[in-house]
Amino acid sequence: MVDISTELSGVKLDNPIIPASGTFGFGAEFNNLYDINILGSFSFKGTTKEPRFGNPTPRIAECRDGMINSVGLANPGIDAVINEELPALRDVFHKPIIANISGFSVDEYKYCCERMNKEDQVEILEVNISCPNVHAGGMAFGTTPDAAAEVTAAVKSVTDKPVYMKLSPNVTSITDIAVACEAAGADGISLINTLLGMRIDIKRGRPVIANKMGGFSGPAIFPVAVRMVYQVYDAVNIPIIGMGGVSTAEDVIEMMMAGASAVEVGAANLVDPFTCPKIIERLPKLCEELKINKLTDIIGRAHG
Amino acid sequence: MEEYIRKQIDQELTIISNEKIANDVYRMSLNGDTSLITAPGQFINIKVPGFYLRRPISISDYDDEGVTIIYKVVGNGTDALCRMRPGDTLMCLMGLGNGFDVNACGDHTLLVGGGVGTPPIYGLAKALLALGKRVTVVLGFGSQGDVFYEDEFKDLSKILSGKDLDVRVATVDGSYGTKGFVTDCLKGLDDVTDYCACGPIPMLKALYGYYDGKILGQLSFEERMGCGFGACVGCSLNTKSGFKKVCKDGPIFWSQDVIF
Repeated sequence: MVDISTELSGVKLDNPIIPASGTFGFGAEFNNLYDINILGSFSFKGTTKEPRFGNPTPRIAECRDGMINSVGLANPGIDAVINEELPALRDVFHKPIIANISGFSVDEYKYCCERMNKEDQVEILEVNISCPNVHAGGMAFGTTPDAAAEVTAAVKSVTDKPVYMKLSPNVTSITDIAVACEAAGADGISLINTLLGMRIDIKRGRPVIANKMGGFSGPAIFPVAVRMVYQVYDAVNIPIIGMGGVSTAEDVIEMMMAGASAVEVGAANLVDPFTCPKIIERLPKLCEELKINKLTDIIGRAHG
Repeated sequence: MEEYIRKQIDQELTIISNEKIANDVYRMSLNGDTSLITAPGQFINIKVPGFYLRRPISISDYDDEGVTIIYKVVGNGTDALCRMRPGDTLMCLMGLGNGFDVNACGDHTLLVGGGVGTPPIYGLAKALLALGKRVTVVLGFGSQGDVFYEDEFKDLSKILSGKDLDVRVATVDGSYGTKGFVTDCLKGLDDVTDYCACGPIPMLKALYGYYDGKILGQLSFEERMGCGFGACVGCSLNTKSGFKKVCKDGPIFWSQDVIF
């Protein structure tokens, strides 16, 4: 029997499959389609202090083997998340939850993480300093080592839960940012968020997306994600959650061989809502084919 | 995998026919399990081979055997769709969206379709006529070559109620029917109790303005979607009762809830 369990900073996961923030809401839509307790965990919709509509529509565009979104952190705000979404989730989901937190100032990140620290079912905080779709805050905190370190230290001061900093690929040196987060106390690194992208409607001669640019995700970005996970694995000694275009069990193995301890699945959930169950079903068989007895044995294997 | 699956919304449908019915407009009939469709005005989200995101297309008609969709070729995805042949299969997320509330319709419902907003209005007309309700249909198109389904609405009424149906057509350039917009075709319809409409937002807004909030409308909205089932929040609409997802809370919204 293949062991596909894994661990993130002491949090045990039955399998490494985690739906990525922003592609899974607060779980309700998917729980209608399948029992979401088969997941390792999931990272809920990026939450800010105040409710947000997000950016103007249209905010979705198609790409070859991927998509662009400029949703812009639409969410019900932390009060509604704590008072409505999490209690509803508690009734149906009995696995560890990853709280994805966003903000527009260091104080806002701190405020939200402090509130989430009191939520028992939340076992990991994933702090998004990489949203490309908001003009202030968001990615601005994830593009310099100093700003990334400042947010990391601030949220670490208000929580005893493991803090995973979610990094942007839209930087010159991903390792410098990751190293700065680790030095500031981060317990782990999540990467990659979306790549800043754009499409133009050639009939209208105008950007497809109202906000002009957005975050590019999907299978097209998978090689970039694998490369960055590989680089960061070499640079830090804390666990990595790998993501970016993961769509199959084969992708999960590749991401873990690059250095990920667990893997998030994003855009693929939107195209095929049954992607995660399919991966979880396939993973043990694929491990057998590859003669892997214990999945955690392959973390970072590609580094030789 | 069966044991974790609660609702298998991703169904394989087989194309029975795929034919052009107006300028750039095609009608496709598909065979397969339709048990998840619950109301006219719902849509299916189609995985077109070779394209990443699915294409949300409203259901024009359905029965126990399959669905009919009518779509316009507007880009590469719908262009590929129009080239598919009978016997080809498509994976489709089925029964998405809320659909029209036929029970909320009054004694004389005005049904309005604008361009490729017409297809779900056909399914709604069928449902209302089958319930013995009175409807009047107004369709708006750009030009004569864009017009479709005028006769199909009339035939539907003859079959279901034995009566002639008042179907009015407007074209923007006046090449067919009344010159102008759907709101130029509403004379003599003073006993209309409510309206249901699908079409471009300026048309929905004009209808809302015409009735000035005096009667209720059910309005079908369109938006670029990521998933089609409420997960990605790509297709949000700000309404008087808060932020709504066009794909899941809609695509049908009550007129008094819409912010124009």
